[in-house]
Amino acid sequence: MNNKLYGNLIFELSHPGRKGYSLPDNKFGDYEVPAEMRRENDAQLPECDEMTVVRHYTNHSGNNFGVDNGFYPLGSCTMKYNPAINEEIPGMADFRDIHPLQPVDTVKGCLDVCAGLRKALSEIAGLADFTLNPFAGAHGELTGLMVIRRYHESRGDEKRTKVIVPNSAHGTNPASAAVCGLEIVEVKSTADGVVDVDDLRGLLDDTIAAVMMTNPNTLGLFERNIPEIAKLVHECGALMYYDGANLNPMLGACRPGDMGFDVMHINLHKTFSTPHGGGGPGSGPVGVRKGLEQFLPDNEHDSTLSVSPYHGNFGVILKAYTYILSLGKEYIKYVGPLATLNANYIKESLKDVYELPIAGLCKHEFVFNGLADKSTGITTMDVAKRLLDYGYHAPTIYFPLLFHEAMMIEPTESESKVTIDGFIEVMRKIAEEAKNEPELLKSAPHNTPIGRVDDVLAAKHPVVTYKSMLND
Amino acid sequence: MAKVIEGLYYAESHEYVKVEGEFGYIGITDYAQNALGNIVYVDMPDTDDEVEAGEDFGAVESVKAASDLTSPVSGTVVEVNEALEDTPEIINQDAFANWIIKVELSDKTELDNLMDAAAYAEFCEKEAH
Repeated sequence: MNNKLYGNLIFELSHPGRKGYSLPDNKFGDYEVPAEMRRENDAQLPECDEMTVVRHYTNHSGNNFGVDNGFYPLGSCTMKYNPAINEEIPGMADFRDIHPLQPVDTVKGCLDVCAGLRKALSEIAGLADFTLNPFAGAHGELTGLMVIRRYHESRGDEKRTKVIVPNSAHGTNPASAAVCGLEIVEVKSTADGVVDVDDLRGLLDDTIAAVMMTNPNTLGLFERNIPEIAKLVHECGALMYYDGANLNPMLGACRPGDMGFDVMHINLHKTFSTPHGGGGPGSGPVGVRKGLEQFLPDNEHDSTLSVSPYHGNFGVILKAYTYILSLGKEYIKYVGPLATLNANYIKESLKDVYELPIAGLCKHEFVFNGLADKSTGITTMDVAKRLLDYGYHAPTIYFPLLFHEAMMIEPTESESKVTIDGFIEVMRKIAEEAKNEPELLKSAPHNTPIGRVDDVLAAKHPVVTYKSMLND
Repeated sequence: MAKVIEGLYYAESHEYVKVEGEFGYIGITDYAQNALGNIVYVDMPDTDDEVEAGEDFGAVESVKAASDLTSPVSGTVVEVNEALEDTPEIINQDAFANWIIKVELSDKTELDNLMDAAAYAEFCEKEAH
């Protein structure tokens, strides 16, 4: 991109009186907008000609980085390839040109897609049924917890107001529980990174509504004590909630329903290859075991409840169904094992230069605790910034909070060995640079449109609109 | 290596209490500020609020993470460190000089549950590995 010419905000390109449109003469007379509906001041909109607008946004779009641009090992996000057929099918007019309010008889095919996906997800998860209505993962968590609340209330068990969440959980877990009006109780992890069953045992009583677990957990480790945990949780009358954010490595290997989970959500935009990032569009279907179907909030189950109008994000639902049908039963079982193989290959290839706090096999992702050589003063942030110079998206950093210099890498099954070897080579090179040219890392990135941002200033004094920039 | 000061009481959640008579100054340790990185915001209670040992009384936010503040002792908040409102980074400069709240202690025997400097230094050493 030409930063000299196109590094401006659209507001800075504005010239009074310039227009990108010409409207036909008004043949209908003036319409007087009622005074109380008029704004007091003019909207501050940029005034530009059409070509300036096109060039501005086309040049900026070149600054995007996505899975289609390069390797994107963002841990916990499952940035797998979104096959082109996932766009082709939803582009068909029969799917594209529909309206949620048109007569049901005219959209039977679309309803069939929803029914088909529910059936496929139920089979993949080992559960009885799903609702496709939630719009994203955290929305799914909230919906799932509401299902759990309704279940307890339906039994007249009103005192179950607490949810147990591991200290390695995604931040959305406690947030969803809080939004659902539930109190959060944290369960510790053992030194080898899984839920501490003894600690959990002490927390279980008749005030616990559910235990939320992610498996594999955020350290990429398989929670091997689930059968015992499920037994303890069910004995105390609570339900097991499965956070499906990390479902990918389980595909074809095992099913949450078989492990004793009662309620779960799935991130279609992660595991089932629909595009995501930058806030959407997501889809977080919620599944339940047999006996809980009547608490699902949609037209097929309890139609008195609703978490979204109509049928959720239909476009995402269709893409996920396309992906599942393209792979079929025969090939979907390779997803988990290949994602796991790729993650372990990277981990083993780099563990001599990056600190691996928990040794052994991981699943789809793993966590390094910064560089092995702590004497250089180079932080995980510096490594992440330097990776941008080499054309890679940085991994998730400083999460999970269990390690101070966490660097969470998830390659997914999409990547070839050639791509992965290239990444390993660059990570080793960066470890060398940390020793020999630390300044290069501390001031990275150098090859990106914008250099190192001042994140302290950005956090303390965010300027997020042009107006606030002017007022500064 | 993180700094540890003799004579203070330390909690496993990395807060310290400096006791002066009936009052305790509560802040986060040098180890905690180092782990958090650049601190950008401190969420503090109001004066006259009650704090309870083991309960959250606020939060510290850095560019890396937001972390709850857990009170090591019970009592009434008599003063908050107002300098932290505009310059939270002074905790990074000197965590022990820049306490967060001053509490009138309601039960001094709670101090017996906390670690001394030597025990805390050992605790940090273990946590780092």
